[in-house]
Amino acid sequence: MLGKTAGGLFWMFRYLERSENAARLLEAGWRMALTRSDSADTEWESVLTTVGARTAYNRHYDNYDAANVINFLLRDKENPGSILSMLEQARNNARLVRTALSREVWESTNECWMTLKSDLARPVPDRDLAAVLSAVRYRTAVVRGSLHGTMLRNDIYDFSRIGTFLERADNTARILDVKYYILLPSAAALGSSLDNAQWETILRSVSAYRSYRWLYPGDINAKGISDFLILDQRMPRSLAFCMAKIASHLENLEQQYGVRHESHDLSDRMLLDRKRHSVDRIFDDGLHEFLVDRIKCTSRLAAQIETDFRFYG
Amino acid sequence: MTETRNRRAEGIQIFFDEMKDASGAPRDPYAQYNEWFSGEDPKILLKKSSEAEAFFRRIGITFNVYGASEADERLIPFDIVPRIISAREWRTLERGIEQRVRAINAFLHDIYHRQEIIKAGRLPKEIVANNAAFLPQMIGVSPPGGIYTHIIGVDLVRTGEDDFFVLEDNARTPSGVSYMLENRETMLQMFPELFTKLRVQPVSSYPQQLRKSLSNCAPPGMRNASPTVAVLTPGIHNSAYFEHAFLADEMGAELVEATDLSIVDGYVAMRTTQGYQTVDVLYRRVDDDYLDPLNFNPNSLLGVPGIFDVYRAGNITLANAPGTGIADDKALYSYMPDIVEFYTGEKAILKNVPTHRCSDPEALAYVLDHLKELVVKEVHGSGGYGMLVGPAASKKELSAFAKKLKARPGNYIAQPTLALSTVPIMTKKGLAPRHVDLRPFVLVSPNSIHVTAGGLTRVALKAGSLVVNSSQGGGTKDTWVLGD
Repeated sequence: MLGKTAGGLFWMFRYLERSENAARLLEAGWRMALTRSDSADTEWESVLTTVGARTAYNRHYDNYDAANVINFLLRDKENPGSILSMLEQARNNARLVRTALSREVWESTNECWMTLKSDLARPVPDRDLAAVLSAVRYRTAVVRGSLHGTMLRNDIYDFSRIGTFLERADNTARILDVKYYILLPSAAALGSSLDNAQWETILRSVSAYRSYRWLYPGDINAKGISDFLILDQRMPRSLAFCMAKIASHLENLEQQYGVRHESHDLSDRMLLDRKRHSVDRIFDDGLHEFLVDRIKCTSRLAAQIETDFRFYG
Repeated sequence: MTETRNRRAEGIQIFFDEMKDASGAPRDPYAQYNEWFSGEDPKILLKKSSEAEAFFRRIGITFNVYGASEADERLIPFDIVPRIISAREWRTLERGIEQRVRAINAFLHDIYHRQEIIKAGRLPKEIVANNAAFLPQMIGVSPPGGIYTHIIGVDLVRTGEDDFFVLEDNARTPSGVSYMLENRETMLQMFPELFTKLRVQPVSSYPQQLRKSLSNCAPPGMRNASPTVAVLTPGIHNSAYFEHAFLADEMGAELVEATDLSIVDGYVAMRTTQGYQTVDVLYRRVDDDYLDPLNFNPNSLLGVPGIFDVYRAGNITLANAPGTGIADDKALYSYMPDIVEFYTGEKAILKNVPTHRCSDPEALAYVLDHLKELVVKEVHGSGGYGMLVGPAASKKELSAFAKKLKARPGNYIAQPTLALSTVPIMTKKGLAPRHVDLRPFVLVSPNSIHVTAGGLTRVALKAGSLVVNSSQGGGTKDTWVLGD
């Protein structure tokens, strides 16, 4: 497989995952703004921070007005991180690697872009927002489903999945980090359950509101949520889950190619499990410090994979 | 047909319609189709037309328009009425095409070696020597297997029952074959019942044939046990990118850009996730000029520096070979009957359109006098650009063109306006005749010449228009060659 193709697949799936995550964050933010107008501005600011778009946004606007934030993150062409720009990037990458994709994967990616391009051609009125955001999640899910159902389990699949899980790990770490102060035991919150709406937002941002309640019945607390999103192997957006997936796809590549690279060691060192890690330790050492380190390591791992598999000339 | 009679009475040209004869009865190849069609509800057929468009958009068979705004991808309109050719008609075309393609390859070998045809006085020296399409770097170079044009598209037009003409040869990088294949796929999905009624020869094996044909031309110095084939594309912004990706995918070959290729130890190699891998056959969809900045245009960013040296050393096959443009140059076109005869010893089976070479003062005078009846083409133009269709031009356009013609006569050839045949298209008002041409695709390897039974039918969608180019409002049709 061409190095360029591996890179194209990796980025195609990173962009798809990132668009989906952005849609979820917008959805959670929108819900927050509807239910608690007093904290809406802070909420929008934290959404912008999570997707790394706050500085760019502040260059264009001097408030965190819902309509502006939504438009900026949804369809602003000037914003390379808007959902529309990212879906276009995903589709461009898909065109680049067209020969590596099954017809189903290509067509679902192309349709995803065509549908959203038309949905996002004009500013989205409030009443249509939910439908548009759900279209983003639905369309990206169809691409993922086609990948599962129609692609060979070879290096093409591995690079696609590595892109997905690197992006997802990065995203979950960012969501937690932006909200870590809410999770930290403060004088007021110590011993009491968290502010309802706040933890709901965190869980909704990773589509885990219901699953959390099933798995952690009763008390809802900071450690519970952190444990769920960092160490729970059952949760498909947890850091532990993502890292295990990345390691296993890298291992597949090691077997197919018969070569072990630096990225393999790096990824192994990043694995998370309850034998070696506990949420108590993480809290003792500092949740924020832990998350910042994870974000850094994830980006170092991505760069190492690019080098090891010759994505660029 | 009152309309036809009136037209005849007015002295307006009558065009040969491939579906129906002058009396309005279906011609033989269309008999069964016509019977089927008359039993169909036009409303439902129109609905199928719009379904076809959605289908093409979804698979992404679009082309980028140069100069249009970013990401402007357009569809070439597709018409659901097939163009049908009988087995007998096809056999003649096939023989004619094979003969022409053999002659073109022999000509290319000769012109880059001993130039016998010039020595024999059958082709003026200047026409080659002063021609930008002649590539001096190819002099004395023998391509692997002796094949210059692995892939050729021959553009044909029809004016009567047995009157086919070659309009031009495409010996560089003919495009459009993906439309031939996808048009057929679309028709199979939309009208499966028709394919059970009519015996239509399949076209779907083209990609496998292409791969086989390219592999058979692998270079003698090949290192791999079996040939590695790759398709070289200028990239996703090229207007034919869909086709490049499509063919690579269907052949199971890598689709590479110049940045994926390097010269490693005297071979061309592509950068893979596991290091460099040698490429044996490169189906390049990049023009000669851009192929190698060291040997050709030094400003090219699309090329691979030094690839031509590898080629000369016999370590890679380039398909088509550099320098094949001299064979489809419009200045040479009028010599094609002589070229065919010179190399095959036979009379050309397919006719050439009579052509006036404006470089000749007598011909120029004639052309200027008869500009209103003629089609004038730029010798190096393509895609229907820079062309004058006399009967359709205004007085102003005619006089402006006459000026250009006088300024650089050598730059133009002129031909009579051909009464191109028509095939009906589906419109809101039912069937309506439109002018068509045909591009069959030919694969050449040392042991065989393979003409796919079918091709790309291009159709001028505007009533009366003779320009079928997609860049000028043309569409396409599926082309059916019937079995015996």
